[in-house]
Amino acid sequence: MAFVDSEVSGGTQADQDALSVKIVVAGGFGVGKTTFVGAVSEIEPLRTEALMTEASTSVDDLSMLPEKRTTTVAMDFGRITLADDLVLYLFGTPGQNRFWFMWDDITRGAIGAVVLVDTRRLADCFGAIDYVEQRGIPFVVALNAFNGVQEHDVEDVRDALQVGPEVPFVVTDARERESVKVVLVTLVEHAMSLIQQT
Amino acid sequence: MAAPDGRRVRPYLATRGRTRPVQDIAIEALVSTTKNGRTNGSDPEPERERILRLCHSPRSVAEVAAIVSMPLGVARVLVADLETEGLVRVADPHAAFAGSEEPARNLSVLERVRDGLRRL
Repeated sequence: MAFVDSEVSGGTQADQDALSVKIVVAGGFGVGKTTFVGAVSEIEPLRTEALMTEASTSVDDLSMLPEKRTTTVAMDFGRITLADDLVLYLFGTPGQNRFWFMWDDITRGAIGAVVLVDTRRLADCFGAIDYVEQRGIPFVVALNAFNGVQEHDVEDVRDALQVGPEVPFVVTDARERESVKVVLVTLVEHAMSLIQQT
Repeated sequence: MAAPDGRRVRPYLATRGRTRPVQDIAIEALVSTTKNGRTNGSDPEPERERILRLCHSPRSVAEVAAIVSMPLGVARVLVADLETEGLVRVADPHAAFAGSEEPARNLSVLERVRDGLRRL
């Protein structure tokens, strides 16, 4: 890596590049992903958009004619500067699960995913769990407690979701910074333990 | 080869000799304006000029898109062009770890992330 040093001392480059890493916050529409991101982000969550042309092949398309239309896919994200040379981004997935191409972009190289779950609408997170399981992305399940979820509900939810005992489950309040921090630390430690096992 | 959402970019912008496919730039890759980018005078393209000003402190590609109000695909194309011209640098975490494990699978990186989160 000597060439890196000489480049820096040559004065043509800025400081040593910072490293950026990311964690994905997944879950159904309206489950509190942006609230979760906003609880720890040092900036107001930002929204970025991608345009996509999608072939309309949905079951409600009675005409059965292939029709193309342009759709905007939005995702919210936040930033946490952990050190001078280390930045963590939190990316919320688009609310609509069908935009899987965006998920590929968001999850590529991620530390892992937090799947945020509203226990009143469990089915909303099925798509997210299928996605991260199939791609081997480390994940934790966070039950958003704004509806008063109790700790003793956790194993019932695990059964309902059919997620194995190795996946950490945590009850969280997506509005509370300390609570969100615990979820993120749990995910990072889980990702570490998966590496140490291999 | 242009991104589906690259249509706002004029064709000549989309075909300059880039060193890698635009889609390979990670959304969290950090963009920073180089010395050349700072001293080059203002760019005639307002959107390029906004990126050059914004990235005096490093910003991710996703932030560039959000703050300059352009779709992600357009931001990627403009950032890739500015990089080719030496006006910005792109610190892509995946590229930085090419040939070895990626940062998200590197224990010492993960330890630093965990400790940083605990200190918040």
